[in-house]
Amino acid sequence: MDLNTILQILDSTLRLATPLLFACLAGLFSERAGVFDIGLEGKMLAAAFMAASVAYFSGSVWIGLLGGVAASMTLALVHGVASITFRGNQLISGVAINFLAAGITVVVGKDWFEMGGRTPALEGPARFQDIVLPFAGTLRDVPLIGPIYFEVISGHTILVYVGLLAVLVTWWVLFRTRFGLRLRAVGENPESVDTAGVSVVGLRYTAVLICGFLCGLAGVFLSTGLTAGFTNNMSAGRGFIALAALIFAKWRPAYALMACLLFGLLGALENRFQNIDVFGIPIPTQFMQALPYILTVVILAGFVGKAVPPRAGGEPYVKER
Amino acid sequence: MNKLPKWVDIALIPFINLVLALVVSGLVVLFIGESPFEALSIMVNGAVGSSYGWGYTLYYATNFIFTGLAVSVAFQARLFNIGGEGQALIGGLGVALTCLAVPWPHWSLALPFAILGGAAFGAAWAAIPAYLQAKRGSHIVITTIMFNYIAATLLVYLLVNVLKKKGSMAPETARFPEGAFLPSAYDMAGWIGLKFSKSAPLNITFFIALICCVLVYLLIWRTRLGYQIRAFGHSEPAARYAGIPPVRITMITMMISGALAGLMGINAVMGEAERLVIDSVQGAGFVGIAVALMGRSHPAGVLVAGLLFGMLYQGGGELEFEIPAVSRDMILVIQGLVILFTGALDNMIRMPVERLFLRLRKGAA
Repeated sequence: MDLNTILQILDSTLRLATPLLFACLAGLFSERAGVFDIGLEGKMLAAAFMAASVAYFSGSVWIGLLGGVAASMTLALVHGVASITFRGNQLISGVAINFLAAGITVVVGKDWFEMGGRTPALEGPARFQDIVLPFAGTLRDVPLIGPIYFEVISGHTILVYVGLLAVLVTWWVLFRTRFGLRLRAVGENPESVDTAGVSVVGLRYTAVLICGFLCGLAGVFLSTGLTAGFTNNMSAGRGFIALAALIFAKWRPAYALMACLLFGLLGALENRFQNIDVFGIPIPTQFMQALPYILTVVILAGFVGKAVPPRAGGEPYVKER
Repeated sequence: MNKLPKWVDIALIPFINLVLALVVSGLVVLFIGESPFEALSIMVNGAVGSSYGWGYTLYYATNFIFTGLAVSVAFQARLFNIGGEGQALIGGLGVALTCLAVPWPHWSLALPFAILGGAAFGAAWAAIPAYLQAKRGSHIVITTIMFNYIAATLLVYLLVNVLKKKGSMAPETARFPEGAFLPSAYDMAGWIGLKFSKSAPLNITFFIALICCVLVYLLIWRTRLGYQIRAFGHSEPAARYAGIPPVRITMITMMISGALAGLMGINAVMGEAERLVIDSVQGAGFVGIAVALMGRSHPAGVLVAGLLFGMLYQGGGELEFEIPAVSRDMILVIQGLVILFTGALDNMIRMPVERLFLRLRKGAA
């Protein structure tokens, strides 16, 4: 493997990690507030569809972004009503949202575009364009640093950089603001938050809606950044890989970035090579595909560091009377 | 005393939930500019209007009864087994390996062994998440989701690299020996001199599914083990105090659940495809969740809900055929709404209904 191949793989690692990262941070907000969310997949899919459709109709990717985020937040609201207001089972609500999104994107897509559920290809301002960062061209000839800057760091769509920034913002909000402290408290011990006179319901709704917003960005990136248009079931299990990354990261923002980059790297390697030899033993691609899931099970089993979820996760809060 | 009459709990509330799900689905059909009533009549007609329709409806129902029972048994112990999909895939592998291992002389000999193969493989695939939950405290919902994906990739690997028929491009096993073909509804109708559609995939497995409903009922409500499972589901600390071993109950319950999901392979792999293909389950594992929720985790309820979802799947297929503008994926929308209303939004209906009955009772007293 020469340097160029390595740089290309790293470049696509960053690209593939971005939707995982948004979805993972989305789950982080929700689960830190004590609302489990296995509906990341569905929200991402719905956002991808709406973003591509609205961008196609309006010709502007930014209006598409609003549409995608709105779709995801609507489903997040459904999840909130079911699991916070009506104290339903959060896992079941997530499963329902995944089916709803998988079905409705195709049903409505077929009706709008008559292309078997796909949207037409997006062109020009209807999709996100790659950005060349300043000095990328001039620095290109500097040994090592130049090519890394040019190939890996520069030349992505804006959402990739927003994703990286979101990690920092998430960390700051959760660990350096009063809101973040309360949000984490409501996921560990809602009674204490309630006793302090802060609304548990309000905090949880806010967290679920932030989750919807970030999940929306993940979907928007899928259909208008990573590719140019929506295809059936294009989230393809990414919502669950993001969930895996969240557990892998033990519900922490910086670790989430690393977990998503790791899973992105696995995806990039799998796209690039059909078969990989490790010390002469061929590794089948299917093993690479299953690796994120296997790693998550190993982490969950506590054989390599224990992942402890927020204590009140999954439990609806019932105020004492 | 504010408990609801039993019929309200097991019939009226699920019915209202189902109607709500159908109303919202109807709105979706209306949204894309088609008539919901026409769509409903096509679906019902397509599902039960001919022996061909029934043949498919009952075939799908057989799959859903197995996966629905699987989810229900786990629910009794308050374990949410979301891994029916993977367990059914691996169960299908067990069925296929049994069928291919021996040149079976007659189906009646192959069937018991295939049942053992499917159940054992399904149970084994459920045993790992169960062990991790019981011994290491790993959340069973997450591990079973992960095991669905691992099962799918494992099966692709095996079919592409190991089990593929020599000289064939398609990733599927060779056809099973003729002695392993199960009698279809057409054959069985012939035995008693009746006619049934020849092309429908309904086969003898339907009766095995019915037997499983009875066996699950007897297990849960008529045996010591069933009592332990229910007690464990009601309150783990209480069960522990009463000397019920939690690790053992978790393992046994999940393995029974996995075995039931694995039995779906008898219907789909042995009965219908007569070979193992990449995706023999086609989402039936997830439908099992909806079926178990609607059926209130009771075998009788699972039977009724399984039939309803069988109708939905067959009718939904016909729907796209008759009105091309309505996609087959409408089934997923309805399924999602049924899970949402019967599962997650149950309290939305339950609370007002409870209040209503309380007021009625006060008025009567």
